Amino acid sequence: MTDILYKVAKTVREAASLMAAAKGKGRILAGGTDLLVQMKAGMVAPGTIIDVKKIPEMVSITETKGSYRIGAATPAAVIGEHKKLKKAWPGVVEAINLIGSTQVQGRASAGGNLCNASPAADSVPALVAAGAIVTIQGPKTRRTVPVEKFTSGPGKTTLKAGEIVVSLTLPARPKASGDAYLRLIPRTEMDIAVVGVGVSLTMKGDTCVSARVGLGAVAPTVLLVEAAAKALTGSKLDATALDAAANACSAACRPIDDKRGTIRYRTKIAGVLLRRATAIAADRARGISKQGH
Amino acid sequence: MAKIHVETTINGAPTEFLCEANQTLLDVLRDQLGLTGSKEGCGSGDCGACSVTVDGRLVCSCLVLAPEAQGAKVETIEGMAQGDKLHPLQKKFVEMAALQCGICTPGFLIASRALLERNNNPTETEIRYWLAGNLCRCTGYDKIIHAVMEVAAEMRESAK
Repeated sequence: MTDILYKVAKTVREAASLMAAAKGKGRILAGGTDLLVQMKAGMVAPGTIIDVKKIPEMVSITETKGSYRIGAATPAAVIGEHKKLKKAWPGVVEAINLIGSTQVQGRASAGGNLCNASPAADSVPALVAAGAIVTIQGPKTRRTVPVEKFTSGPGKTTLKAGEIVVSLTLPARPKASGDAYLRLIPRTEMDIAVVGVGVSLTMKGDTCVSARVGLGAVAPTVLLVEAAAKALTGSKLDATALDAAANACSAACRPIDDKRGTIRYRTKIAGVLLRRATAIAADRARGISKQGH
Repeated sequence: MAKIHVETTINGAPTEFLCEANQTLLDVLRDQLGLTGSKEGCGSGDCGACSVTVDGRLVCSCLVLAPEAQGAKVETIEGMAQGDKLHPLQKKFVEMAALQCGICTPGFLIASRALLERNNNPTETEIRYWLAGNLCRCTGYDKIIHAVMEVAAEMRESAK
C-alpha cells in the first residue's frame, strides 16, 4: 500500500488547486517520461500525482491570427504531426521531436521538457529563439513569462507554490521568417545535447532584419544570446556578421566539463552550430526548404 | 488507502483491475493480468522491450501509470496474432531469424506495426530512426530492419 494519490484534473484551475493543496508534494503528470523515471530512482516522492491530460487546453494546439498556442502537455508526436505548425516553426518542431525515442515522443511534452529544467533540454533553445511565452496558472491568477526567464538553474524553475505551466505561445511570424535548431551529440539519435543552438530570423531581401538566438547545454540555464542576435540583425549574414555572432555564442558559454564534452570543446562548438543553424534558418526564411535535424 | 479501480480495454477485451497510484501499466499487465509478453528491460524508457500502444500511440508501458489506462484502448503483443495465425511481421521475424534471445522481440513487433500502420513505404533510415528506442543486444539490428522492409514491401504489393 502506498499513500500516493492519483488525481485527474478536468480544468486548469482544478489542477492548480490540487497542486496548492498538495503543499509542495504535488507533481504534474503530463507524459511522465521524466516524472516516472525520477520516482523509480527515488529522486522524487510525490504526495499527489496530478494528471493534466484530460484538460483540453493543455493537450491541444490552436492558431489565432498566425500565433500558435501549444498546450503544455501535448505529446511531442502530436506536435510533429501538426503540418501548419511545422511549416510556421520547423526549428521548434524539430527540436521537440528530438526528445527521446518514438515511444518517448508518444508521451513527452514541451511543457514537461521546460519544467524538467535541464540546461540541455532540446526544445528550449528553439523556444527561446522563437520568443515563446509561457502561460502559468496559479491557484488564483494567470501570468505569463518569456521562456528564457522560466528556469533558474539545473532542475529549478521560477514556478511558485501551486503554479503550473498551461501552455507555450509562439508569436505570429512576419513574412520571410525561418528558424532552426541544431544540437551536437556523439551519436545520431537518443542522446543528451553537448551543445544546442536555436536561431530564428526574419529576412528582407538579403538583409536579416531581426534575429533571436537560444543556446543550450553550456550554462546552468538555456541562454538568450542577445549579442549574437545583434551581430546578425541588419547584416547580410556575411562572414563578418557570422564571425561576430559565433564569437558572441562562444563568449556566452559558461559550461561544465564532463564526459560529454570539455569546456573548450563546448565553447567552440557553440559558435560552429550558430553558423550552421543560421544558414538553415536563413534558407527557410528565403523559402528554401532545408532539412535540419 | 483504497486501491484505484481502472476500467480499460486490452486487445479489444474490456478489462478491469485494481492498482496503486504509482504502479506502472507494465507492472499491472505482467503481474496482475498475466500478460507477460511485454518485457521489463530497463524500466526507464530506454530499451523499448515494454512497448505497447495506448489509444493507437506507441509508448513504453513502464513509463505509463496504470491508472492512466482508465478508458483507454491498450494493445499488447498478446493481441498481435489472431489465434494461431501470426501477424505478417511475426511470420517474417521467424522466417528471417530477426530474433535471437527474444526479450526485445515483442517490443520490436509492436513498434514495427505502429510504423507500418502509418507508413507502408518507409526507407531503411526511417525504420532505423523509428526503432531507435528498441534495443537489441543479440541481432545487430540488420535482420530486424530487413524483416520490416520485407513486410512493408508485401503490404504495398497486396494493396495494389
